[in-house]
Amino acid sequence: MIEVTINGKKQACEEGLTIVKLLDSLGMTSRAIAVEINQQIQPRDTHCLVEVNDGDILEIVTLVGGG
Amino acid sequence: MTDSISQERCQPVVASTGLDEFCIAGHKFQSRLILGSGKYDSFEGMRESFEVAETQCVTIAVRRERLHDSSGRNILDFVDPKRFVLLPNTAGCYDAETAVRCAKMGREILRGLENPGADWVKLEVLGDSRSLLPDPIELLKATETLVKQGFQVLCYSSDDPIVARRLKDAGATSVMPAGSPIGSGLGIINRNSLQIILEDLKHGDPQYPVIIDAGVGTASDVAVAMELGFDAVLLNTAVARAKDPIRMAEAMKYGVRAGRLAYQSGRIPMSRYASASSPEVGVISKRNP
Repeated sequence: MIEVTINGKKQACEEGLTIVKLLDSLGMTSRAIAVEINQQIQPRDTHCLVEVNDGDILEIVTLVGGG
Repeated sequence: MTDSISQERCQPVVASTGLDEFCIAGHKFQSRLILGSGKYDSFEGMRESFEVAETQCVTIAVRRERLHDSSGRNILDFVDPKRFVLLPNTAGCYDAETAVRCAKMGREILRGLENPGADWVKLEVLGDSRSLLPDPIELLKATETLVKQGFQVLCYSSDDPIVARRLKDAGATSVMPAGSPIGSGLGIINRNSLQIILEDLKHGDPQYPVIIDAGVGTASDVAVAMELGFDAVLLNTAVARAKDPIRMAEAMKYGVRAGRLAYQSGRIPMSRYASASSPEVGVISKRNP
């Protein structure tokens, strides 16, 4: 297991997970999501390739109402 | 009101040719009312307000995913990305670096939705949480960075004409000065600076879009903004927090139209004294001094 920070909270997760698999495991299957790892935006078409590493800081964001 | 001011306020007549459209980054809009999607009591009320207002562009915010609202729904179920240009904002960012990250996140989400607003950002870089006024230095930095990275940057700005000019020079697609602080409902409080901004940014470039963003409280505020010659008005709280948001959305639609028509019509100059509407010759009474 590795430890990552997702939206400000530390979480344990399996080693070698791609972004897609991590999102699946979190139940985040919406298409209206963007993922940033260590302040670098991760384009959608790389989500099935990029693996999450120990200590990574992830931001997973969506759209909400705003002015 | 002095004569020099009254002359300035007498706007030139603008030829009305067919559809009265305005253009942002090559995208044409018939509606000059841009609405925010925050602060509504319900998604249903928000959707109905957008319908009644006939808006074509809606701002949205980027926030950490909690999956859904408390009832398990997402805003995109109520704002069709194929119908509305979605304009993601960077609300809540207080430095250029964070605002740039936020803009990239918004772009990434909207690219997945094939929305025309994908490369657009309503750039907010705030100075403090009480006034929610922009930090002009960070705003300019973020604008420069985002323009280089291919964004269409619509800048939420203060009413400072020099800042507005610097933002346009930095490549901002539109400068959007605040009428008054966000959500304040104070309306258009510094007409003179706003008129200087309009004159300056549109000098030799009359199609350059300048939009009032924030502060309006009611339909007359919107009409005032449009009468000054702004291309559009962006508002949120005035509709979302009205007692009857749907009716206020309708009022805003007419406020925009009334103000726009008045601007195009060329208003009369202001004068300190009266000018009789009826003929002054042939009156039957003895003239009073």
